[in-house]
Amino acid sequence: MKRTILHADLNNFYANVECLYHPELRDKPVAVCGDIEARHGIVLTKNYPAKAFGVKTGDVIWEAKLKCPGLVTVPADFKKYLRFSRLARRIYADYTDQIEPFGIDEAFLDVTNSIQLFGSGFDIADTIRRRFREELGLTASVGVSFNKIFAKLGSDMKKPDATTIITEDTFKERIWPLPVGDLLYVGRSTCRKLQSRAIFTIGERANRDVNDLRLLLGVWGETLWCFANGLDSAPVRHAGEESVIKSVGNSTTTCRDLVNIDDVKLIVYVLAESVAARLRKHGLKCTTVAINVRNTELLSFERQGKLQIPSYVSADIAQKAMDLFRTNYLWDKAIRSIGVRGAGLVTADGHFQLDLFDCSRIEREELEKAIDGIRKRFGNYSIQRCAMLLDRNLTGFNPKDDHVIHPVSYFK
Amino acid sequence: MEKIFVEVVAEHCLNGTTRPVSIKWEDGRVFTIDRLLDVRMAPSLKGGGQGIRYTCRIYGKEVYLFSEENKWYIEK
Repeated sequence: MKRTILHADLNNFYANVECLYHPELRDKPVAVCGDIEARHGIVLTKNYPAKAFGVKTGDVIWEAKLKCPGLVTVPADFKKYLRFSRLARRIYADYTDQIEPFGIDEAFLDVTNSIQLFGSGFDIADTIRRRFREELGLTASVGVSFNKIFAKLGSDMKKPDATTIITEDTFKERIWPLPVGDLLYVGRSTCRKLQSRAIFTIGERANRDVNDLRLLLGVWGETLWCFANGLDSAPVRHAGEESVIKSVGNSTTTCRDLVNIDDVKLIVYVLAESVAARLRKHGLKCTTVAINVRNTELLSFERQGKLQIPSYVSADIAQKAMDLFRTNYLWDKAIRSIGVRGAGLVTADGHFQLDLFDCSRIEREELEKAIDGIRKRFGNYSIQRCAMLLDRNLTGFNPKDDHVIHPVSYFK
Repeated sequence: MEKIFVEVVAEHCLNGTTRPVSIKWEDGRVFTIDRLLDVRMAPSLKGGGQGIRYTCRIYGKEVYLFSEENKWYIEK
C-alpha cells in the first residue's frame, strides 16, 4: 500500500527558540553555543543572518566571531528546547499516533491513515507548519513522500517554513540530479568511495548494478541502492514504542586535556560506571567493550574488544576499556575526549559459563547493585571510588543524568 | 517592549480549564478582566516567550495575558 510519510524539521531550532525569548536579538546574527568553560565552545545552531556570514554548526566560537564580527552568542538552555520539542510532539499527535522522533527537532510521521480525516499529506504538512508558526512561534520545513528517506530529503530541500512533496512519479526528476552525498548515511568517506567509481548523483547510484555497489560497500551498498530507488520500507514507529537498544555508551570532552594514564583512568572509570549503571537499569549485559579516543588535533579512533563473560559490572568494563586504551594509544598528543561503550548486548538473566575458581563475581554484581541503591537515595556523589577524589574537577560530572539528548540512528 | 509578570486571580473550572478573573499591576492596582475574548497557545512575539495566550478586555482595551509554565505575564 502506498504510504504518506511526513518528515518535519524545525528550522535552526535552538537559535529560533532563543530569538523567540529575546526579541531584541531577532534581526541580529545569533549563534547558540556550548559552554566555553567546559570546553564545549562550539556553535550548536545559528540563525539565518549568521548563516549569511558563513557561520557553520561545529565552528569554534572564536572562528565564528572572526567570520561574523557582530555575532551574538547565547548559551544553550536544553530545558527550554525540550519543552518546545514536547509541544511540537503534541501538535503531531493531533494528526497521527505514528510519530518517530529523530533527534530533538525532527520527527517522522506516518499519516497514511489520517488523510481521510485531515486532507492530503500536503494539507497536513501545511496545517502543522501553520500551527507551529501560530502556536509556538517557530518555523518548520516538512517533506512529504512515500518513504522516510525521501521525506527526510524533502524537508532539507526548501527552507525555512516550506513544504516539499516528492511523489513516486516525480522523484526521478527531483531527487536523482542531486549530489550523492545529500542522501542519509552517505558521509565523507562513502561519498569519496562512490565518487572514485564515478557516482556523483543519486540517480547514478540508483542506476548502478546493485552487485557493483555491494562489492564496493558491502551490505551497505545494497541498502543505499534501495534508498536511492525509493524502496525503503522502514515503518514509522508508534509513539511511545521503545526501540531496541543496540549499545550503551557515554563520552565526554574533559575540562582539561588528559596527559597521562592516570587521567585517562579516572575518566574511564566515571564513564564505565555510568555505562554499567545504565546497562543494569535496562537489565542488560554487554559482551563487547568499545572505546573512542580523540586527541587535541581532533583525530579520533575507535577500538573494541570482547569480554570473557557478559557483564554489567563497572570494573570489568573499565578494565577492558583500559586494556584497549593501553594497547592502542601511543601518547603522541594529549587527549581531548574519551568515550566508553558497551555493545553486543544480552539480557542480564541469560546463562553463561561460570568460572570454577573465581567466586567473587556474584559478590561484585551485588556490590554494584547496592551502590545503585545508595546513589538513588542519596545522590550520585554520595558514594564514589576513592580515585575520583584525586582530581575533583576532572571527575565532577555525571554522564548518566547530565545528558538528556541522545544521538539517534535511522536503523533501530 | 518587555514582559511584566503579574499576580493573577483565576477560576479553575471543573472541566480543567483556567479563567483569569483579575490581575494585580506592578503598582498594586487591581484590574478586573471584563471579558475573555480568546484563549489559545501562542508565542509572545513582543515580550519574548510562549504559552497559553488569553486575549482579555480590560477597561475597553484588549491586552494579551500569557500563562507560561504557571507564570503569568503581560506584554508591555
